[in-house]
Amino acid sequence: MSTRLARGGRLIDRSAPLDFTFDGAKLRGYEGDTLASALLANGRMLMGRSFKYHRPRGPVASGVEEPNALVNLGLGARSEPNVRATTTELFDGLTATSQNRWPSLAFDLGAVNGAMSRLLPAGFYYKTFMFPRQFWKHLFEPVIRHSAGLGRPPRDRDADRYEQIHAFCDVLVAGGGVAGLSAALAAARRGLRVMLLEQGAGWGGRAPVDGGTIDGEPVETWIRNAVQALESLENVTMRVRCMVAGVHDHGYVLAEERIADHTPGDGRPRRRLWRIRAGRVIAATGALERPLAFAGNDRPGVLLASAVRDYLVNWAVSPGDRTVVVTNTDDAYRTAIALHEAGLSVPVVLDLRERADGALPQQARALGLRIETGKGIAGVLGRNRVTGVQICLQAGEGAVLETVDCDAVAMSGGWSPVVHLWSHCGGKLLWDEAATMFRPDPARPPTGADGAPMVACAGAASGALGLAECLAGGHASAGGTGPAPVGVTPDEAATEPVWIMPQGAPVALRDKMWLDFQNDVKVSDIQLAAREGFTSVEHAKRYTTLGMATDQGKMSNINGIAVLSQALDEAIPQVGTTTFRPPYTPVTFGALAGEARDGLFQPLRRTPLHDWHEAHGAVWEPVGLWRRPHAYPLGGETTEQAIRREVLAVRQAVGMLDASTLGKILVQGPDAGRFLDMMYSNVMSGLPIGRCRYGLMLNEQGFVMDDGVVARLSEDSWLCHTTSGGSDRIHAWMEDWLQCEWPEWQVFALNLTEQFGQITIAGPRARDLLETLGGMDLSSGALPCMAWAEGELAGVPVRVYRISFTGELSFELAVPANRVRALWDRLVAEGAALGAQPHGTGALHVLRAEKGFIIVGDETDGTVTPHDLNMGWAVSRKKADFIGKRGLERVALSAADRWRLVGLETLDGAVLPEGAYAVADGLNANGQRNTQGRVTSTYYSPTLKRGIALGLVRHGPERLGEVLEFPTTEGTRIRARIVDPVVYDKEGARQNV
Amino acid sequence: MSDPVSTALAGARHVGYVTIEEAGPVGMITLRCRADVAPALAALNLPVPGQRRIVGAGARRVAWMSPDEWLILLPPADVARATAALTAALAGQPHLCADVSDARAVLHLHGPRVREVLAKACPVDLGRMTPGEMRRSRAGQIAAAFWLEDDRTATVLCYRSVARYAFDLFAMLARPGSEVGLFD
Amino acid sequence: MLMLTCPACGVTAEETEFAPGGEAHLTRQGPGSGEAAFEGYLFARKNPKGVHFERWRHAYGCGKWFHAARCTATLEVFGTYPMGSAPPPDLIARLQARRPDREGRA
Repeated sequence: MSTRLARGGRLIDRSAPLDFTFDGAKLRGYEGDTLASALLANGRMLMGRSFKYHRPRGPVASGVEEPNALVNLGLGARSEPNVRATTTELFDGLTATSQNRWPSLAFDLGAVNGAMSRLLPAGFYYKTFMFPRQFWKHLFEPVIRHSAGLGRPPRDRDADRYEQIHAFCDVLVAGGGVAGLSAALAAARRGLRVMLLEQGAGWGGRAPVDGGTIDGEPVETWIRNAVQALESLENVTMRVRCMVAGVHDHGYVLAEERIADHTPGDGRPRRRLWRIRAGRVIAATGALERPLAFAGNDRPGVLLASAVRDYLVNWAVSPGDRTVVVTNTDDAYRTAIALHEAGLSVPVVLDLRERADGALPQQARALGLRIETGKGIAGVLGRNRVTGVQICLQAGEGAVLETVDCDAVAMSGGWSPVVHLWSHCGGKLLWDEAATMFRPDPARPPTGADGAPMVACAGAASGALGLAECLAGGHASAGGTGPAPVGVTPDEAATEPVWIMPQGAPVALRDKMWLDFQNDVKVSDIQLAAREGFTSVEHAKRYTTLGMATDQGKMSNINGIAVLSQALDEAIPQVGTTTFRPPYTPVTFGALAGEARDGLFQPLRRTPLHDWHEAHGAVWEPVGLWRRPHAYPLGGETTEQAIRREVLAVRQAVGMLDASTLGKILVQGPDAGRFLDMMYSNVMSGLPIGRCRYGLMLNEQGFVMDDGVVARLSEDSWLCHTTSGGSDRIHAWMEDWLQCEWPEWQVFALNLTEQFGQITIAGPRARDLLETLGGMDLSSGALPCMAWAEGELAGVPVRVYRISFTGELSFELAVPANRVRALWDRLVAEGAALGAQPHGTGALHVLRAEKGFIIVGDETDGTVTPHDLNMGWAVSRKKADFIGKRGLERVALSAADRWRLVGLETLDGAVLPEGAYAVADGLNANGQRNTQGRVTSTYYSPTLKRGIALGLVRHGPERLGEVLEFPTTEGTRIRARIVDPVVYDKEGARQNV
Repeated sequence: MSDPVSTALAGARHVGYVTIEEAGPVGMITLRCRADVAPALAALNLPVPGQRRIVGAGARRVAWMSPDEWLILLPPADVARATAALTAALAGQPHLCADVSDARAVLHLHGPRVREVLAKACPVDLGRMTPGEMRRSRAGQIAAAFWLEDDRTATVLCYRSVARYAFDLFAMLARPGSEVGLFD
Repeated sequence: MLMLTCPACGVTAEETEFAPGGEAHLTRQGPGSGEAAFEGYLFARKNPKGVHFERWRHAYGCGKWFHAARCTATLEVFGTYPMGSAPPPDLIARLQARRPDREGRA
């Protein structure tokens, strides 16, 4: 029975009791408890079920490496699955439930999987459920999905908020144990900017549990003083509950701070992601104890020896009354001694080594503890709880020599340095046979922007496990000057590698030796994978799922590699390790998203008239990051009905369009004309001042990339309009050429898109409407087609362009952005009497399609030339060069059978589906139906009262009158005739008034 | 009837642990030129800022934007005159001088932890930034430029269309309860 | 994520402030160029595992283009230098010291 001891517990405050529930049971713990320690204190060893076999499981560890004690924490909008009980700080009102069990944790029907474990070997998915195929989807997968798995994802919206912060430092120390504190002190005293981040809630790491002295003082005293000293230094930033998740290129470090996990709903962000640039990273991340592989090592009550010690010393919790210690290290004797000194029973210490005469074993002997060398465990008795162990010779095959009653087992298989941060960016490891561990190879560090090493490991993370080495290593890693702190602990004898207990265990035992506790991978699975040819460690990992659970193999990887190496009869370094990837422990998606949710998910670009559109019921169309009104439905109108009404308003009266999103780039300088002649396929240098010209921009391949109207403002300045959403791209494109290709040309390009709002007034009453405002002569004589003029309308400064994208009499008003709303409101007020209506992009698209005007991105897709669009007139023959000229000369681009722009008129008046293809006879090389064209734009034209479309068709303009067939996704065919793209006012009389 | 002049956020203000407030209309001129602009700026009684500096005082400033670009801030009423003066002073020199007063929004951030709130949004070493440095970077997902007036006050410029995003972003990051204490 | 120093404004900033522009020191092939030369200009790009000369633009900063010399395998940055100039001698010297076996040049 696990229980709370009457005294002790360095982390708990017995004057601050906390109430919490687990699976509905009301329980009590103390401030400073973890959920795991509080559950153990309440006699709850059983905390979860394993992934595959639903084995009953208790905690095996006390920290981040815990694979078993995963619970669902919280309710509703604060529910989170797969939370490690061992790192969850207890708080008043905490609600936890167990996972992966039905109907209850203690009695789980899914445990039948365990009884069938012989039928569920490694790779069983691949082997067992292959045939017949349809069974997989309808039978096997649903059954497996029901029985396997961990927690359930939360269903409600996350109630918490998250944020991120950028930080910079010279030295980042990951880990606030004694090595990290020593390193931080050394770095700080050199005057460097230091960040010290600790994943846990307190400083000092394991050292206070393991004991010893530093500079002649108890470890805890030194830690307290070191923390105080660091806190007093201006150049040091310290955070607890801040886990360094990964080290990335050029010293980029991500860390996740748990701010309000233990104080939910207190108004603070739940977590904060730190984006840190560190000149150098010191990984003082400690080491993790390895379990031992023996039959029944996953039974609740079998814990790591260090975890037993942690529960005892930190939280005054005894995992059991009678604890058998099994070990190949001297370190585990600390656990035996601590248990004994706490008044608990240690019936026997089983030391797998032949000799145990180091200082700690000697001390244990002196306390009267029974020590059996060369012996191990053949089997564990008990089901939901350990009731005893069977002792055998380590050298043998598992014959039981003796059975010992106990309710807990403390195991120690040696220590593995936490090399994750070293490895994330390519730091290499070496196998240290003497220490039985992979440790960082100082000769092959990860390197940074300057090519110099950017990560150093200090303390246990470097493989130096002793207190003295941790302190000295931390000091040295930070370039400490002066003497390092001096730690004193008993000397420890070497660990001996032990990977299977007993070493000659038959398959019946190996089949019960767990390596990966969460994913239920056993010694026998790894051996099977090796036999079946999965000899690469990466393959064996994926075949068996070893190390692929939420704990990412923190406890299991090295043991798995060792078992694989034995099975392959290769040395461990030859087998190698799997890749260590960030994050070190799971990071919540909320922290990665930070503030980017809801209204901040993505920046919306708003025109100066956005609020007006919103207030008038606009349906939005996203155009890049802009939001443009698509239509303004009135009353009960559908969007389509609104578009038809808006089209007719433009054709019959006057429409108002917010065209502010049009790109506007000012190009100025003595060489500006020459430059624009390179940018556009037609000539811009010859454009008279006061006039406008439509132009096409091509890329170097000769394909259309943008279009727009260019206005010549003065002798040396032009204003280039780009497509909506294209202004940043085109401005960058211009800068690229100006800076990189023709730096000697005297040209400046300035993106003025946001300086001006733009309003388009189009329709037969357009001039009437503007004339009500007063201030400018907009008559056809003063302002003919394709001219511009500056002046004031209604007292607002405007530049008026006489350009039309609808075929109607049309004026575009460019207005300083802060004054657009005032002018728009005037236009709305004055326009009412003229039948003026605001219209959106939906109507605009119909209007321009009726006129056969292209939209870049609809009629073009990056493979369309001006000639394909029948716009050869916009390609200068006279200019010696322009961007795309050489590209257009390529043979394929002037081939006769290219798909070219036409209009399409359905025979029955229907609207063609968007993107529909016209089929041709025969099949292509892939057995697909040949095609000869496709629809690029398609609408219902309220003006013509039938469907209209634009499309690209092979030999298109030469085939006017031919009928094409367009199969639909419903299996029907629509027949459409090839016609001229301009289906309304071909001669352009309407705009020319 | 609407205001004759309406800035992007109509002077919105949010009080968090740092206060965010949209400034009223600010006159702005972009000047681009490869030649010496000292005489032209002198015509406005403005010095030439060094690399990445913003100089001047009060409502009249000039910021270094790139090796051939400056942003001049001044009262809106002075823009036309200043543009004419710059153009006259640079006559004969290739240059570009344009009124960009309406292209951007101006946000004032005020509070003892203003650096910290900026550090949440911008990938910039705020601990090393000194008042008077003009830093063009990113705030969340948008381009932004900012400078510190002093240790408690910053000005952020962003494009007008994303002013709402910038305002909401800083308001969120300055919500009470999310204080970090990074530069305390 | 890289850190780069913009030679135009002097800022050392993270990659999110910059926009990549591909291989540096290409020669534009315009009208009159042969098919092979034009094809090479459009499509053929070095993709070395090792030292690479690139174009970058300080898109969120001063807006200027510049060059960077960088190892694509280790991500070591040997230096950045202004657009329109050849790699400066100190950069070449550093490169030679760090990668003595390197073939070719910028």
